Amino acid sequence: MSAVAIPGQRVKANRRRLRLSRVGLHLFLSVLAFVFAWPMLYGVYLSLRPFSDIITNPAGPFSLPSTLTLDNYAYVIANSDMLRFFWNTAVITIPAVLLTLWISSMVAFAISKYSWKFNLIVLLIFTAGNLLPPQVIVIPLVKLYNAIPLFAPLSANGRLFDQFAGVILIHTTFQTGFCTFVLSNYMKTLPNELVEAAMIDGAGVFTIYSKVILPLCKPALAALAVLEFTWIYNDFFWALFLFVTGDKRPITAALNNLQGQYVTNMPQLAAISMLAAIPTIVIYLVLQRYFVRGLTLGAAKG
Amino acid sequence: MSKIDTEGLAPAPEVLSGAGLALPDKRHHHYSLLTARDKVLLTLMVGVPLFVFLVLIWGTTLVSVALSFTDWNGVDPIRWVGLDNYTYLLNGYPFFWEAVKNNLWYLLVFIGFATPMGILLAVLLDREIRGSWLYQSIFFTPVVLSLAVVGLIWQLQLSPSAGNGFIDSMLTGTGLVAPANAPDWFGNAGPLFGIGILPSQNMASVLLVASWRHIGYIMVLYLAGLKSVDPSLREAAAIDGANERQTFFHVVFPVMAPINVVIVVVTVIESLRAFDLVYIINHGKNGLELLSTLITNNALSEAQLIGFGSAIAVILLLVALVPIVAYLTRVMRTEE
Amino acid sequence: MADIETGLKGQVSRREVLKKGLVGAAGLTVLPTVLAACSSAASTPSATPTAAPTPTPGAATPTPAAGTPTPVALTGALHVGSNHSDPSEKKGMDAIDAAFQAATGLAVTLNTVDHNTFQDQINNYLNTTPDDVFTWFSGFRMRFFASKSLGTAIDDVWAGVKSNYTAGFTTAVTGDDGKVYGIPVDYYPWCVFYRKSVFSDKGYTVPSTWTDFIALCNKMKTDGLTPIAFADKDGWPAMGTFDILNLRINGYDFHVGLMTGKQKWTDPKVTAVFTQWKQLIPFYTAGFAGLTWQQACDTLVQKKSGMFLLGLFLTGEFDTADPSGAAKKDLDFFPFPFLGNQYDAEKSLDAPIDIWMMSAKSQNLQADLANAKAYLKFWAAGSTQVLMYKANNGFIPTASDADTTQYDVLTQKAVQIVSAAQKITQFLDRDTRPDFAGANGMQSFLLNFLSNPGQDLTKFQQSIQDFWDKLPAYTG
Repeated sequence: MSAVAIPGQRVKANRRRLRLSRVGLHLFLSVLAFVFAWPMLYGVYLSLRPFSDIITNPAGPFSLPSTLTLDNYAYVIANSDMLRFFWNTAVITIPAVLLTLWISSMVAFAISKYSWKFNLIVLLIFTAGNLLPPQVIVIPLVKLYNAIPLFAPLSANGRLFDQFAGVILIHTTFQTGFCTFVLSNYMKTLPNELVEAAMIDGAGVFTIYSKVILPLCKPALAALAVLEFTWIYNDFFWALFLFVTGDKRPITAALNNLQGQYVTNMPQLAAISMLAAIPTIVIYLVLQRYFVRGLTLGAAKG
Repeated sequence: MSKIDTEGLAPAPEVLSGAGLALPDKRHHHYSLLTARDKVLLTLMVGVPLFVFLVLIWGTTLVSVALSFTDWNGVDPIRWVGLDNYTYLLNGYPFFWEAVKNNLWYLLVFIGFATPMGILLAVLLDREIRGSWLYQSIFFTPVVLSLAVVGLIWQLQLSPSAGNGFIDSMLTGTGLVAPANAPDWFGNAGPLFGIGILPSQNMASVLLVASWRHIGYIMVLYLAGLKSVDPSLREAAAIDGANERQTFFHVVFPVMAPINVVIVVVTVIESLRAFDLVYIINHGKNGLELLSTLITNNALSEAQLIGFGSAIAVILLLVALVPIVAYLTRVMRTEE
Repeated sequence: MADIETGLKGQVSRREVLKKGLVGAAGLTVLPTVLAACSSAASTPSATPTAAPTPTPGAATPTPAAGTPTPVALTGALHVGSNHSDPSEKKGMDAIDAAFQAATGLAVTLNTVDHNTFQDQINNYLNTTPDDVFTWFSGFRMRFFASKSLGTAIDDVWAGVKSNYTAGFTTAVTGDDGKVYGIPVDYYPWCVFYRKSVFSDKGYTVPSTWTDFIALCNKMKTDGLTPIAFADKDGWPAMGTFDILNLRINGYDFHVGLMTGKQKWTDPKVTAVFTQWKQLIPFYTAGFAGLTWQQACDTLVQKKSGMFLLGLFLTGEFDTADPSGAAKKDLDFFPFPFLGNQYDAEKSLDAPIDIWMMSAKSQNLQADLANAKAYLKFWAAGSTQVLMYKANNGFIPTASDADTTQYDVLTQKAVQIVSAAQKITQFLDRDTRPDFAGANGMQSFLLNFLSNPGQDLTKFQQSIQDFWDKLPAYTG
């Protein structure tokens, strides 16, 4: 498509025009990249500034810093219970991701490797449900969660509502829709001879699932794990409406409270935002390959 | 985009797999060959998750529909009111039409701006250019951020100068704009450019921010699709003398039909689900009304207008079913 | 309850207000009687006839029978839900819980949720898994939840602490069924705040009439100040302006009638309120719809704005924004200007009362009941309420035995202003139905007016009335 792809053709004549267009392209992309990166860069910058800098300057935050310091981070970590909120996020996200992958891989295995009457219908039920806006179901869900009894240690109050278990359950359910879809497609690409050979060797369904198919799905599972971690970490909606105890909220839903408390101190608010952003950015930068693969494996995710 | 849609309806086996996974193998193992124990196991493997899913997702959906015909405050006995909630929604409640308008603009801006922009970036970055990886990383970073965080970091930019927002502090600090005339990006609910049919000014700000996140998402999806296009197709087009633009629109775009459909679905669903961003900014009022926030504000806040909120939920459901059904129809054709 | 009510309001019978099926008036007129105790130092004669015969324990002599900590060791647990999320209030809660533990040996489990979220979620919270006791508001807002059986009646607790309150408070915490549902712990007036130094430097005088007020605004504008700090991102602060304008223009009775559905939002009297309001909007902070009250308050701290109509709780933001305390020492306030009509004599204002309630659906309540009652009783003591007052001067204690010598000048003045008022309201979102006052209800309607004050008011008011008419019947 570019000149590189068609070597030897009109190369000389095109070279100058091409170089010019390359410069233009880089200019366009650089400007756009700056616009994209600016809000985060500014967030980092602001979070390092003392608040006194901003209120004493007539142009507020549009000014040079007298000094850059990590004080705002130290302050918000010490005063805002952020560590607790991060812990809550971990308590929700990690089990939810593992459960989602486990359950969806079983469903995907059953519907992709065995023919039943209802294969397609099952897949449709999961996929369509996954695409529903969660606001459609949240009102009855809150009522339902409050009606479903649950025993300790899964629940401290005897219900599903206001419990980690309840939030983990709805994440797992919703995301199972997506992961089943992706994994069943992936499994369909695995040769059926593998399953047949295992059956001839007398392997049962569970052995075939756990010893034959699952190991081959590792790349897809790794990609989905990274993707699901990010999505569940980023959830705001469920945590907001399925918890009423402030101390149980994960970091994203807690931001809604913290915003009110720190709104007049923008540098501290910036520090809070940056802290909340760090985990997913680190995961993305370190595991970028998996992340993008996960997305493209199941581009259907809403 | 309409052209893409129709082309997208043609059978395309790899539609679901996006990156072009191979065809599903039709030679399934016959259920009848399994032992009784294995049959039970398989039934449980599918049955238990399916049951939970049906109850929590589809069961609650049906309950929402039923509740929309009631006037319930969550405590007193449920009273059936027929279509009252819908009548009031359509004829009396001013924020409903505001929300419908905003959801429509969300969709329009995503379809008409953010998604094409993402596609453009994907096409540009698909070439072998220096620093492509860096550009991709920068454009994609907003996608991994929680929308709550996105709302906060953009408020650092777009708060009024009295709230130390950066842009307004810059405009007023440099004397470019008088403080009284500085834009109230997230607060001004007046129509954009004073034209009633356009979204409110603060909704326009929200749409820009939402696009900031959506563009990178579409870019990555599309980029993966482009990578899977057979290079020989392009070479053939080049030999035939097609320029880059012609190659893209006449060769690449049509073979990308499956991914185009996926992107349309993603875009529509995302714009219907929009919630977090406006909620963190002002809970979805003063020009930022969306169907999703109207539901929770009326039914899951201090106000417990459960019937009324459910009626809004049903409208959202009906709208969401359009892309869902269209998409599933495709999936079914592909499977069969 | 009814006799106090009638005594206070004289001409408005409670039955009249009840016609729409919505009990609204009770509890609105409460504070004047409070003042008999609180302002004993100020020697303001009580505003209401009922207050005079009320036995008022001297400020410095706590009655043992009333709210003094029970020296009984408690065992088990107690779950406490609090909306005190601001740093200063959190400190106050910690101090109180520590004092409670010192007195009883019981460490409470505290669940703190930020103020706005706490209100948003109150229904979910009370209907599902609430704590044993929780912070809430008096007025219709309390009675609404009490009538839905989401609160537990605490007449026995009230009987034990009643003598530590002036009579009017009983009304403030009594539900539609005549039972008591809350313990009043603090109140604060809504007034116009300003900086003394700014007024003296620029030669401003405190305006007492509307004309003076507008003239002052114009003068401030030419002096480069934002005349009126205003912020309504959260949706509720604008209600304070509606309340005071309606009280000044149409009087207390009309306001109460409007809040309870007896009067219509389409009434030309309401049009007059919005028309008057239009005069103020040009003087507001730029970008007010994108600002929280704390941000607007900071403009007063920084002397960028001239005046701010808000509750006394704004002193908390002064503490945060200027820890040196200098700005707060420079703070003063005056009652919202009068319009020169028959309602001037009412001297009415918003002065909401905060309360503690006992939930109904807490799973622990049966086990924790004795502890919960002890905790509520503990809060009824002046010594407890003063701990919160010390942490945040915006919360004036309600108990008669509160040590008023602890009060700063602002608080003393606030007590006087409230005591001088003939009629007191709680605040729009406490005096009317919660489902009417919500984010996409009255909050949105007021924001809609503020963003487009030139709109067709008839149509606008009709849409408010339509929304009211749509609400499910209130069966109190």
